[in-house]
Amino acid sequence: MSLTNEIVKQRLVEKFGDQLTDWQEPYGMLTFAAPKDLNLKVLQFLFDDEALHFKFLADLQAVHYPDRKGEELAVVYHIHNLRDNLRIRFKVYTDIQKPDVYSATALFAGANWMERETYDFFGVNFVGHPNLIRVLNVDEMDYFPMRKEFPLEDQTRIDKDDEMFGRGGSLGYGTQMGGHHDTIPEDEKLDQSKEI
Amino acid sequence: MRPVQYNPKIKTVEAPASFMGEGFMATNFDKVIGLARKNSIWPLPFATSCCGIEFMATMASHYDLARFGSERVGFSPRQCDLLMVMGTISKKMGPVLRQVYLQMAEPRWVLSVGACACSGGIFDTYSVLQGIDQIIPVDVYVPGCPPRPEAILDGFMKIQELVGKESLRRRTGDQYKALMTEYGIQ
Repeated sequence: MSLTNEIVKQRLVEKFGDQLTDWQEPYGMLTFAAPKDLNLKVLQFLFDDEALHFKFLADLQAVHYPDRKGEELAVVYHIHNLRDNLRIRFKVYTDIQKPDVYSATALFAGANWMERETYDFFGVNFVGHPNLIRVLNVDEMDYFPMRKEFPLEDQTRIDKDDEMFGRGGSLGYGTQMGGHHDTIPEDEKLDQSKEI
Repeated sequence: MRPVQYNPKIKTVEAPASFMGEGFMATNFDKVIGLARKNSIWPLPFATSCCGIEFMATMASHYDLARFGSERVGFSPRQCDLLMVMGTISKKMGPVLRQVYLQMAEPRWVLSVGACACSGGIFDTYSVLQGIDQIIPVDVYVPGCPPRPEAILDGFMKIQELVGKESLRRRTGDQYKALMTEYGIQ
């Protein structure tokens, strides 16, 4: 018997009822959201249940949604069933002011570095993590670079021409002003009246 | 007759301008030492990405960096004269690069190869150093993304020119000391 999204969903709903929300299947991958206090319980259930058997944490990362007030940060778990080759995704949302989420390191040893990375880039505070320090960025970094309020570009650059990098400049790339300008010069445009 | 061919057109380096007589030759140290140094540069490749691949081509038989007296590519900074930085240097790599530079003995030169090493290149992002000249002094910049081996050789020849013409007093001079202080070295 091969495991399907329907069976997984049914098992989860039997166990957790309507605490799990936002059921979706983008590109055939079962996705749902859980309250953040429940993240370990859901992971543990998916891990332990004989039918579900999700024993491999394939990926763990965060997403910053600045517009979702009170739940700006989403922590996303991708968990995989190696026996039936099925992967599902599940999210917990947390307030950016208090980004505490329980650490999954006790369940999955592989979560250690992934949680450190997520902390490094998004500042999610994984409660119970044994060594929650930066892993990829320099230790001196004093912000979380993947949060949307921080610009991607390096702020220490001194000799770069904004115009050559597709932003600002006299043509106003990337600003409201940019919309009024045509990037094709007038004399190079196709003359539509001459077209047959 | 043995089928051996000799190249009768081997070029050797010109002797420096000198005062010569029977059994002696007098010239100044600057020229002799410059000549010796510039034709026996030991490069230390610090290759982190695609420019490093171009360097491998430069070093290999087709382009042959050895023609310029750099047969011996060293991998210990303490033995080398020229630090060739090729590739993107992330901010986390910065202190490592600086450490390698500090381990080199004077006189030392730095060749920055490729857009990333020179200015950060396309990696205009929070994690990448915007040019290695923010942490160590650079003698010659080779632009390109990545530069062709010819360009690297051209940069290398510019270094040779600098090495050959350098005054023996430069490294103890005030200007040089000021430059080092600017980078927080010594």
